[in-house]
Amino acid sequence: MEKTINFRLNGNAVRLTTSSDRMLLWILRSDLSFTGTKYSCGEGFCGACTVLVNHEPVLSCQYPIQEVEGKDVLTIEGLQKNGALHPIQEAFLKHNALQCGFCTPGMILGAYSLLKKNPQPTTKDIFTSMEGNLCRCGAYQRIIQAIHTASQMMRGQAS
Amino acid sequence: MKNDDFELFGSKEKIESTQFGRRDFFKLAGGGLFVLFSVGDLFTLQQRRRRGYPEDFNAYLKIGEDGRVTCFCGKIEMGQGVYTSFAQMLAEELDVPLSSVDMILGDTDLCPYDSGTFGSRSTKYFGPPLRQAASEARGVLFRMAAEHLQTPLDNLTIQDGVISDKTNPTKKVSYGQLTKGKKIERHLGTKPPIKHYSKHTISGKATDRLDGREKVTGEAKFAIDIRLPGMLFARILRPPAHGAKLKSVDFSGTKKIAGIQVIQDKDMVAVLHKHRDIADRALKEIKTDYEMPGFKIDNTNIFEHLKSSASEGNIDSESGNVDEGKKLAIINIEKTYFNHYVAHAPSENHTAAAVIEGDKATVWASTQSPFRAQGEAARAIGFPTEKVRVITPYVGCGFGGKNSGRQVGEAARLAQLAGKPVQVAWSRKEEFFYDTFRPAAVIDIRSGLNSSNEIVYWEYHNYYAGNRSSQPFYNIPHYKVLSYGGWVGGGGGSPHPFGTGAWRGPGSNTNVFAMESHVDIMAFECGMDPLSFRMKNLTDKRMQRVLTAAAEKFGVSFTKAPSGKGFGIACTDYLGTYLATMAEVHVNEDNGEIRVERLVCAQDTGELINPEGVRMQIEGCLTMGLGYCLTEEIHFQGGQIKDENFDTYEIPRFSWLPKIETVLVDNPEMPPQGCGEPAITSMGAVIANAVHDAVGVRMLMLPMTPARIKNALRAKKSI
Repeated sequence: MEKTINFRLNGNAVRLTTSSDRMLLWILRSDLSFTGTKYSCGEGFCGACTVLVNHEPVLSCQYPIQEVEGKDVLTIEGLQKNGALHPIQEAFLKHNALQCGFCTPGMILGAYSLLKKNPQPTTKDIFTSMEGNLCRCGAYQRIIQAIHTASQMMRGQAS
Repeated sequence: MKNDDFELFGSKEKIESTQFGRRDFFKLAGGGLFVLFSVGDLFTLQQRRRRGYPEDFNAYLKIGEDGRVTCFCGKIEMGQGVYTSFAQMLAEELDVPLSSVDMILGDTDLCPYDSGTFGSRSTKYFGPPLRQAASEARGVLFRMAAEHLQTPLDNLTIQDGVISDKTNPTKKVSYGQLTKGKKIERHLGTKPPIKHYSKHTISGKATDRLDGREKVTGEAKFAIDIRLPGMLFARILRPPAHGAKLKSVDFSGTKKIAGIQVIQDKDMVAVLHKHRDIADRALKEIKTDYEMPGFKIDNTNIFEHLKSSASEGNIDSESGNVDEGKKLAIINIEKTYFNHYVAHAPSENHTAAAVIEGDKATVWASTQSPFRAQGEAARAIGFPTEKVRVITPYVGCGFGGKNSGRQVGEAARLAQLAGKPVQVAWSRKEEFFYDTFRPAAVIDIRSGLNSSNEIVYWEYHNYYAGNRSSQPFYNIPHYKVLSYGGWVGGGGGSPHPFGTGAWRGPGSNTNVFAMESHVDIMAFECGMDPLSFRMKNLTDKRMQRVLTAAAEKFGVSFTKAPSGKGFGIACTDYLGTYLATMAEVHVNEDNGEIRVERLVCAQDTGELINPEGVRMQIEGCLTMGLGYCLTEEIHFQGGQIKDENFDTYEIPRFSWLPKIETVLVDNPEMPPQGCGEPAITSMGAVIANAVHDAVGVRMLMLPMTPARIKNALRAKKSI
């Protein structure tokens, strides 16, 4: 059923009319050409499509568009502020915490959500929180280091 | 091809009338590159289409008027890091800052021909001609500078792309000022030598990924991110099993969906829509009836099937006389090793986006072999090869699975049939279905030891793994290595019911698992610890060095297995890269789960271009390798692939991660070797050996699933 949906994408108002049972991933990638959010497994098993809806991580390939009505959606494209990288992005660069880079947007948003809730996570906390994000290249060790570094950077900024 | 070449390159008029003409080329090249292309470049273009790397350095690099240097390379970036390491090599030889280098990879119109990005060959084989090209360009630029500054050549020095007179530093000229952005027509009679590694300031230094920023901001484009005006997303009807035949198809439900275009052309049935998910929905609405094939092969009988399908073996390597060796042995060991089919499971599924404009097609492909893809696309649409341009954006993993891919031809064909740009991006289910799996394989080994614990013979029968890394590197006077079929399979005459092919470290993963497990068994049988036994039977200095380096880092002393500590060793020579891996594992005897606690890998990669990049590749290899050791196995019934996603096909996750330490064994005198694959090949044996050391069971089959561990433990208790 066609429905008009209003939400904020990276702080900007979006209004679109579309079939209400479509998934957020495809609205982002196909209708809006926000291709930073990736399609990989399509069934909620890999985390590549992770975005934040009202600060909560969701698998956008499984998240119906009608659920975002009135909410805030944050994608990888919305993480930079005035051209400056977010500390998590900086930390990923510092540790070279990526290889092919395809899972990276989902990883960074997963880490963002974790650090919002738990500013100083242990490695075990990272395991638990990030378990659904798969990296086939095997950059996990560096991603964990990057999350610890980002945690320090963000707490440093906050104090 | 000869005629095409003549047509294309024979006269100025004809050139102007083709897509390779100047104006179009300017458009294709974009940005600051266009001034570099002129009719005088035709020689280079012609060279570019030939097999083998070109002689003319202009094929590899261009210097813009602004001094920026563009590197053209037919390899692709799939995470392995050549985007960075080639830039380092070029910057080093040319004496320009690394930040001034721009990379163009995998573009068939702009880059010199390349057979593909596989086999850990990029640095090893493309590196030397790239360095040579940069070195010659630098030599020519120095001569141009000497004339420009009216200074003897010997007085000149360079820093950051600016040549100056040592005796009068105010006399200086930049590369950009010398070339004014034009092609360098001069060449040197004799090729100048490349720099000695001791003079390097950019190459050999740990360097952060140059593709990193684009990848953390989401700006990096993969083939799946290509959006073209009016583009349709296609979903193609696939059979439920390999070998199934379509009997009838009904589109009545599909056609009710607004905006859907149905294409049916010979064997191709596809639905297209401007939104991918609507095309998905339309595909589900197609009603079909298939005749299923009668294959009886599945996971339980595949190994018998492979052995019974094998034809006469080929001798891959041989020394002495195995029968003579057997007479010297007092301990004889015979074992058979198995591994199941394993998927590449790249993060980005096979994807291509194609547009046809007049007589020229352009395809953005997720491929490891752009020039092969170019040929495939051309054949699919009946175009001459040179009328197809393949552009390779960043590739989301490859591991050999993207050496080929039918998606390129499919996208080109659908773009032709639909008359619009089309993207074909496989679903995860299609990815598993059409993957060219690492083949299931069987290895039989017979070996013997004399009373001095020396290996005296080695007989090796390899069924379908492929023969890479199967030559023994221990001192064995009498050995014979035979293979019965390689890793490429599928189609007529193949014993596999579906495609098989190269998988990161092809052949070697299976061979090293079998060989290094068997060596461990020999150590156990003669009562020696696994490190001393290896050292005793080796004289290869490089192998001894990597073993010693790994052992120093690992920091524990090995004792005769099973020690209960869960320590393992494996070492190998992967196409000239030497490495030793050591592991510490814990085996949960209640549920059969293996927990890998720690991995140490010491690798001799020859001269290092980017030590940080080499470490990343070793870490990635070890982490990815956990999958084929512990869980990864394709389940199938005949031609039907039962694994369709990551729910049943489990790949490594965060929580599996052991502590990983890497040691880069210094060997700068040796030319750079490969690093994208070697370390993964050690994983099967190092984990199997550590499991044996932990709980005393010998695992002969990969993956070592909890069920297989529990069975082995039960069998041990019942003895």
